[in-house]
Amino acid sequence: MIKVLLIDDEPLARTILKEYLLDYAQIEIVEECNDGFEGVKAIAQYQPDLIFLDIQMPKINGFEMLELIEKPPAVIFTTAFDEYAIRAFETHAVDYLLKPFSKERFDKAMQKWFGTSTAGQSAEKEALLLQTVAESGLSSNRVVVKSNNKIRIIPLQDILYFEAADDYVKIHTTDAWYLKNKTMQYFEKILNDNQFVRTHRSYIVNVQCITRLEPNEKENHIAILNKGQQVPVSKTGYIKLKQVLGL
Amino acid sequence: MSKSLLNKGRNKLYFIAFWLFWSVMHVWVLKEWNYTMNEAWIDSAVSNSLLSSMCIIVIISMHYYLPRKEQLTYLSMLCLGAAGIWISVTRYILSSIVSNEILDAFTQSIPIRIAIGILILGCIILINVLLYTQDEQKEQELRQHESDRIAKDAELFKLRQQLQPHFLFNSLNSISALVATRPGEARKMIQELSDYLRNTLKKEEYKWVSLKEELDYLRLYLDIEKIRFGHRLSTVLQQGEKTDTMKLPPFLLQPIVENAIKFGLYDTTEAITISVESEMQDNMLVIRVRNPFDPELSKPIKGTGFGLNAVQKRLFLLFARNDLLTTEVQENIFITQVKIPQ
Repeated sequence: MIKVLLIDDEPLARTILKEYLLDYAQIEIVEECNDGFEGVKAIAQYQPDLIFLDIQMPKINGFEMLELIEKPPAVIFTTAFDEYAIRAFETHAVDYLLKPFSKERFDKAMQKWFGTSTAGQSAEKEALLLQTVAESGLSSNRVVVKSNNKIRIIPLQDILYFEAADDYVKIHTTDAWYLKNKTMQYFEKILNDNQFVRTHRSYIVNVQCITRLEPNEKENHIAILNKGQQVPVSKTGYIKLKQVLGL
Repeated sequence: MSKSLLNKGRNKLYFIAFWLFWSVMHVWVLKEWNYTMNEAWIDSAVSNSLLSSMCIIVIISMHYYLPRKEQLTYLSMLCLGAAGIWISVTRYILSSIVSNEILDAFTQSIPIRIAIGILILGCIILINVLLYTQDEQKEQELRQHESDRIAKDAELFKLRQQLQPHFLFNSLNSISALVATRPGEARKMIQELSDYLRNTLKKEEYKWVSLKEELDYLRLYLDIEKIRFGHRLSTVLQQGEKTDTMKLPPFLLQPIVENAIKFGLYDTTEAITISVESEMQDNMLVIRVRNPFDPELSKPIKGTGFGLNAVQKRLFLLFARNDLLTTEVQENIFITQVKIPQ
């Protein structure tokens, strides 16, 4: 059996998918989810082969949900987003269906998936897709992370600094820190470089949280943040910081 | 006002050429009146250099100061004054260089000289006025063009806003789902969606509508959303006494309710209630929209965040007041209040 998961906050939108899927005897709908939080849980629980994913959903959107999954299954997006906005993602997703969509269009998407469903490929594709989305700035005023099986949405202004930590990036807020499975380059790329500055190979700092800069040994500096945290600033980082702060 | 008459194109050249030509004519005329060559040249040089200087002064003065009111009176006075000054200065200078005989001849010809001076100065003034009017017209055309463009952009933006593609396509998707299983409901939704769209297209920007009409319109919108999210959306539309017939500008309430839907419905997962109440207060129509919100998602709710800025701007344009739209947070309920002077 092929395990399929439906994630859409509108019951009627799921009704259509269920109806269209009736023709595919080999498919089993393992669960229907109302939002991304439920989606994350259900994916972990059922390990589906294919998910139908709406983009605009409460709390976290479809892209943010995918980011939280280590090995995402194949995805067919269903969305009312206008075509222009979604065209950029076309190459990376299995397919996307613009609501409302016909049975013929749906069948085409399914054929496409059957044709490319050799496992492993989709995860790679989706990583690229998520990068494209992040760089397009569609959802860039917050970062979504998973900690202790709970999903946290961190507004960018609450973030003090990012710190490299092996394969992860450690995100520091005033009262806690979170790990996210991404690279420093990724964050450097998606963040607004007037607000977040890469001060060091392993650090990206929110400039609004800097209270003062102190010289350190050699030509390095240390940035003191408003809760007393200290962040190293390299020589090139110092030049960048001075530019952004207008010194 | 960018450049004065003399600084435009080759006007300086024409100006000098004219005065050279004019001075030669002047000499020729005086020769006919039995002046000697020498006397004619002195007369011509003094009076024409002074008159041309006077013209330059007039041009410059008009460049810096040109009244809008009673322009004709001002310019006539300017012309007469300049001519008067010119003739007296000319006479004063000549009196110290030429013989009495010539000075007498000058005094006798003062009327005709004044007439010529007024003519020349008048021409200069006229040309100047023409030029400035033309400039102004061009500028105004440019401004008009610009404001037309802005209005058009706004119109397009408004149209897109009103039609809300996202809402429209999701509604169509719901209809598509209903058609197979519950055709009766599908038909009802098509009806509601059509009524809603027709209303949107029909509304005129400047024609105020009664609260009742506006609430009927909102009800359509909310009913459609209820079909999509019926499992968790309930609405309360409450009218106070006597507010039925009170009027408000079109498209004012809609964005506020859309905002409530966006944060209260699209961004939440629980069952929620959105309410709209109205009452009369000090001869003002007061409307309050309440929606829950997820405090974890939309933390910094200050002032009129939440995309209500457009409403605020519109109210300011309509009433020149900034205090008509207020928002407030009570626990996890967001309240938007708008007052409309009657």
